[in-house]
Amino acid sequence: MTYQLDFTSLGAYWPQFLAGALTTLQFTLYATALGLVIGIVGAIARGSHVGWLRLVAGIYVEVVRNTPFLIQIFFLFFGLASLGLRMPIFVAAVLAMVINVGAYSTEIVRAGIESVHPSQIEAAESLGLSRFQIYRDIILKPALERVYPSLTSQFTLMMLMSSVTSQVSAEELTGAANNIQSVTFRSMETYLIVGLLYLLLTLLLKAGFWGLGQVLFPRRRRLGTVL
Amino acid sequence: MPTGFNLNYLIYLFQGMGWTVLLSLLAFVFGGLGGFLVMLARISRIEAVRRIANVYIQVVQGVPLLIILFIVYFGLGILGVSMPPLVAAGLALMIYCSAFLGEIWRGSVEAVPRTQTEAAECLALTRWQVLRDVVLPQAIRIATPPTVGFLVQVLKSTSLVSVIGFVELTRAAQVINNTIFQPFAIFGIAGVMYFALCYPLSLWSRILERKLNVGRR
Amino acid sequence: MSVAVKLEDVHKSFGAVEVLKGVSFEVAPGEVVAIIGRSGSGKSTALRCINRLEKVQSGVIEVCERQVNDAKLDLRALRQDVGIVFQSYNLFPHLTIAENIMLAPRRVKHITRAAGRALALEKLAQVGLEEKIDAYPEQLSGGQQQRVAIARSLAMSPRVMLFDEVTSALDPHLTGEVLRVMETLAKGGMTMIVVTHEMGFARRAADRVIYMHMGTVWESGSADILTNPQTPELQDFLANEL
Repeated sequence: MTYQLDFTSLGAYWPQFLAGALTTLQFTLYATALGLVIGIVGAIARGSHVGWLRLVAGIYVEVVRNTPFLIQIFFLFFGLASLGLRMPIFVAAVLAMVINVGAYSTEIVRAGIESVHPSQIEAAESLGLSRFQIYRDIILKPALERVYPSLTSQFTLMMLMSSVTSQVSAEELTGAANNIQSVTFRSMETYLIVGLLYLLLTLLLKAGFWGLGQVLFPRRRRLGTVL
Repeated sequence: MPTGFNLNYLIYLFQGMGWTVLLSLLAFVFGGLGGFLVMLARISRIEAVRRIANVYIQVVQGVPLLIILFIVYFGLGILGVSMPPLVAAGLALMIYCSAFLGEIWRGSVEAVPRTQTEAAECLALTRWQVLRDVVLPQAIRIATPPTVGFLVQVLKSTSLVSVIGFVELTRAAQVINNTIFQPFAIFGIAGVMYFALCYPLSLWSRILERKLNVGRR
Repeated sequence: MSVAVKLEDVHKSFGAVEVLKGVSFEVAPGEVVAIIGRSGSGKSTALRCINRLEKVQSGVIEVCERQVNDAKLDLRALRQDVGIVFQSYNLFPHLTIAENIMLAPRRVKHITRAAGRALALEKLAQVGLEEKIDAYPEQLSGGQQQRVAIARSLAMSPRVMLFDEVTSALDPHLTGEVLRVMETLAKGGMTMIVVTHEMGFARRAADRVIYMHMGTVWESGSADILTNPQTPELQDFLANEL
């Protein structure tokens, strides 16, 4: 049997491909922003003096990091539905992504916080800064600066992982592909195109994060090296 | 009228868990072999080989595993080979693992000080002998914690092959849920099962990491 | 073999920086040559060019009748003839002392494990460390590690030995034991090229001293130049060293 790859019949579907790619990008941007917030809050909780807060944050991180994303989505999506709680797929998908990436971000930010030398904090205390000021200016900013590469590669991984939300019929890029191949029967061609689009999204995201890093962390740019 | 969760379902889940473990091992072993080749290619003296390996890694790491899985699954279909889903699943996971392990191991090999290679070369060892007798034994120590950590990644990734109908743990949970619709209980139990597989590996990886750091000081 | 090592108008650059600007010298078999000079004078680079750890841009390097700068050079044959000891010892941390020493003889010369161990013992006796044969490098002091590194090189029966600032990483009280081993080796007739900061060693053991300055051989001669330098630069250098 010889099979001829034929992409021509897919030409008409480019608006769907594009819409899917844009949705993926949208998912990613929401999840990045909210995931980062959770990461920072989680990291502070992980290093807190309050025992139960540390415990809760610890359990959250370990549970999320040691179970598959697909199971997390099913649990959340079908579980909430079984309680009669229906939410738009868009919201459910982003929620699952935020919960997931929040746990990874927590660990990454925590590593950054731990890399801030105690003498820095002592110096800030002796200068009379408040605890909030110390956290913001002396601990968090350098910590985020240091872990920025790990954080952004985690967010890039999450963009790729968002394809899994297609399994609860989210209409992002993979979901769009599933629809297109089911009407055209050009499965191979469809997924090759989508693979290429994901590759482009990955490159786009990497370039975007790099540019953002240049703006956010001028020190890193000036030193021209990792910190 | 859906009936409740019973022992048969639990047995079904455990069978699925067995397939998850088997699939993970297959993916890890074959992906490891592939990853070793990728690592060798990445440290090759021939620039073209290094570049090709790098493109391979960038592509595999830049496309979702789900898409790789679909491409392999439908690709095998196009080639006219009718394969059980296990083969498509194994092949896709192997490709995925080879890229990530290749990159992890390249980092470990490059973490062995350059002076070690230099000293070995000055003793007239061949390039292969330098790698086998001097670099790799030291790189393995460095590579073990992240490799064990990646095993967790592999275990979790196998859940995706449920989409091509391979009945591992996630698929088994889905099948049961389609019958009795108790998602919290069923996906909860499946989650616990994954956790039971993954968490010990995560802990082990962390302990190894700590030991390595102490040893280096 | 009338000349063990010969450098003729050797030029070497790292990027835009020219480190060696026409270096020439010869070393006869059995001769011990000390190369001294400031850091950045090119002395270590010159040494590393001899067994082609660095490739040169131009000039002739001849070692044991081999053209080092030749594209067709059998690099591994050259490395069998030329041993080198580094500043940072570079022992293999995952191997015992015995395994460190016999690795290359076993792999390259295909001797048996038993013969390898006998060889290791013999070479360790030469540096006075037989009792450490089954230890791991990290169990040894810096001076002991460096003596093992010398034994490891000797086990390949090289015709020329290169020493690249081998005592610079050591505490002062550990340098003596290493220098004594080297002096014994020198008396035994080994051809040695020694890049060093130890003026005492140069004075006692060297047949000839080469002072390198700004990428060239600035002054050379017998060890007498250390007490009676001809150029102001060497005078200045010696005044600062002491």
